[in-house]
Amino acid sequence: MQLGRVIGTVVATQKHRTFEGAKLLLVQPLTLDDKPRGTALLAVDALGAGVHEKVLIVMEGRAAGEALGRKLAPVDAAVVGIVDTVDVAE
Amino acid sequence: MQLAKVIGDVVVTRKDENLTGLKLLVLQPLAADGSAAGRTLVAVDAAGAGVGETVFFVRGKEASFPFYPQEVPADAGVVGIVDHWDVEE
Repeated sequence: MQLGRVIGTVVATQKHRTFEGAKLLLVQPLTLDDKPRGTALLAVDALGAGVHEKVLIVMEGRAAGEALGRKLAPVDAAVVGIVDTVDVAE
Repeated sequence: MQLAKVIGDVVVTRKDENLTGLKLLVLQPLAADGSAAGRTLVAVDAAGAGVGETVFFVRGKEASFPFYPQEVPADAGVVGIVDHWDVEE
């Protein structure tokens, strides 16, 4: 899993049916010191995360499909947690 | 998933039989600001997308799920056409 920040939302009318009703968020992956890492990705959200929130994302198909709760969903990333705090002991 | 612009299509006559009837699109992945991000790739189309459209696509074997039970040998697939996206800084 990775940490990320929700930076936006995506609206798509024409999409595969397993996405019906699912929220699509643009998530910027973060390093442990909150710096952007790589390109922003789209993750499905079943938790109700909002823009600016720090989230925990899975970036693997099977896990993402389970998070969405739909079988055979063509997804590869999902929000699975809204982060309260991250503590790293150096 | 990632945002991408459909910049072309691919015609393949001799191919795996499980690719028969599928549309193959050339994608340029996009960053959140709409700029090109990373290498272009070819993806199967499960959303009815065409050249010039902004789409989102899935990577991995999940790209074949829209065609289940057909076992499509694909590692990327277009699964939606983007109307618009909003980024809040």
